[in-house]
Amino acid sequence: MSTTPTTPSGPTGTPGIAAHTPAGMPGRAPAAIPRSRLDWRPLALLPALALAALPLTGSPSTWLTLTVAGLAMGLIIFIIASGLTLVFGLMDVLNFGHGVFIALGAFVATSVMGAMGGWAGEGAAANLLAVFCAMAAAMSVAGAVGWAFERVVVRPVYGLHLKQILITMGGMIIGEELIKAIWGPGQTPLPLPALLRGAWVMGDAAIERYRVLAALIGLAVFAGLLWTLNRTKLGLLIRAGVQDREMVEALGYRIGRLFVGVFAAGSALAGLGGVMWGFYQQSVTPQMGAQVNVLIFIVIIIGGLGSTLGCFTGALLVGLLANYCGFLAPKLALFSNIGLMVAVLLWRPRGLYPVTSR
Amino acid sequence: MNAPLLSLQGVHTHIGAYHILHGVDLQVPEGGITLLLGRNGAGKSTTLRSIMGLWRASAGTVTLRGRPLHTLATPDIAGQGIAYVPESMGIFSDLTVAENLLLAARRARHLGELDTARLDWIFSLFPALKTFWQTPAGKLSGGQKQMLAVARAVCEPRDLVLIDEPSKGLAPGIIQNLIEALLELKRQRTTVLLVEQNFEMARRLGDTVAVMDDGRVVHAGSMAGLVEDEALQQRLLGLSLGAHQ
Repeated sequence: MSTTPTTPSGPTGTPGIAAHTPAGMPGRAPAAIPRSRLDWRPLALLPALALAALPLTGSPSTWLTLTVAGLAMGLIIFIIASGLTLVFGLMDVLNFGHGVFIALGAFVATSVMGAMGGWAGEGAAANLLAVFCAMAAAMSVAGAVGWAFERVVVRPVYGLHLKQILITMGGMIIGEELIKAIWGPGQTPLPLPALLRGAWVMGDAAIERYRVLAALIGLAVFAGLLWTLNRTKLGLLIRAGVQDREMVEALGYRIGRLFVGVFAAGSALAGLGGVMWGFYQQSVTPQMGAQVNVLIFIVIIIGGLGSTLGCFTGALLVGLLANYCGFLAPKLALFSNIGLMVAVLLWRPRGLYPVTSR
Repeated sequence: MNAPLLSLQGVHTHIGAYHILHGVDLQVPEGGITLLLGRNGAGKSTTLRSIMGLWRASAGTVTLRGRPLHTLATPDIAGQGIAYVPESMGIFSDLTVAENLLLAARRARHLGELDTARLDWIFSLFPALKTFWQTPAGKLSGGQKQMLAVARAVCEPRDLVLIDEPSKGLAPGIIQNLIEALLELKRQRTTVLLVEQNFEMARRLGDTVAVMDDGRVVHAGSMAGLVEDEALQQRLLGLSLGAHQ
């Protein structure tokens, strides 16, 4: 029996498998095996955009400052949006209430940083510990509230998009009001601890310390998500659930538990993103979630619903473009994100990295 | 006669406002291949989906070795040792062949924990899966996807394998490969409930047969009996098996 491999063929598989070719039949030469290759073109947009901005910004130092700021902003947006793209992709839930977890995380951080006020002015280790405590608390609270939000608000409306939009927006309004009741309606400062204030000067370029930390945390979240999704069975289940939840159940896995776990994890990531965004703005408001909501929906639509790599690429594109436009043509900055989304969807109507089976 | 492995008694299934199954009675004996035949729309696929709990039976009972399945959720039904290959194949096209099989092997947490002896057996059935081990399943041909779907169903020992029209849309050569693989499963005494419209395939594989019409089982018996009785074929299926050989 020959086991000569052949190239996968068309839908009917006509020339397909040579598995049972009778012995003695002339076998076909092994053809190239199609491998999983990274589609690099969307990723190439990032250096292309950065290089295109270089001559326009006037000086390399300005370009470097803007680029680092754009990458940091993009990575913070990625942290916030990555949870939503998982929720959207796996659960097909249009969670317009995602923003409330951003605000909740940010406000929890204000409480933690307030309680650890003495730590924010002391040594570097104490500074970092205060920040990481704030992040851990924000993620825990946002994750727990996300778990309850899925049980109470989202579960009754699975598969009903219009009702999802209405009820999750309602949930966000209620969440905002609760935040106002607990922390007050006004703007609350969230100052950076001493270690993260200021900038490193490299030549004429000023690289803000916090932006470097934000970029490192964003990259760590990206790496963690990629590792989880691609190297663990849990990740396999999530990726499979994005494509065909019924089949995942037929294989014996309880996708309901996976759903609530992903929702809570997505909410926790939003909480972390809220802390990062709050530190980035150095203040938080109960409405900050609603303000960021539009931006993160743009990012996940650009990236392709359910795609982590797409979300990463989309967030960085949005961050870079917002910073370059804000410097070069401030009036265009407001339009830049929408313009980017339109351009991407004209090129790839299902986003930069569409998930195949959706 | 031994008690059947799977038994359906008076199963009714509704899909929305539509009443699809009108009291299905079906017995699947252990260790052979039972064919579920019938015209399009007779309720064959709905019967498989009702067994798996993907569409909940509104009345009647489904039991596996006497234990009720109809009260269980789909993951629990799968956990009883039932594998399901849907008509759409249910392949995760963004995942590689290896990842598709890893998901089906519930006990394995990573590829290194897959049962290598079982894997070798699967590769002997479907060598193309070894060749395209790291290839995204979406890039396989239709026949290869179907083989992956069947391999996924048997990558761990299962008490019962439900397969819905595996030959649909496949070229004759690929169907031949599939028949040989299913015959090997039969030699291994794997119990299979197979929905099929390809009568030549049905004739070669079937030990027992149930014919459905209008949401009911209208005939049950041995496959050999149906093959020999052309009048019965005409009455039940409107076709002659002989004409398809």
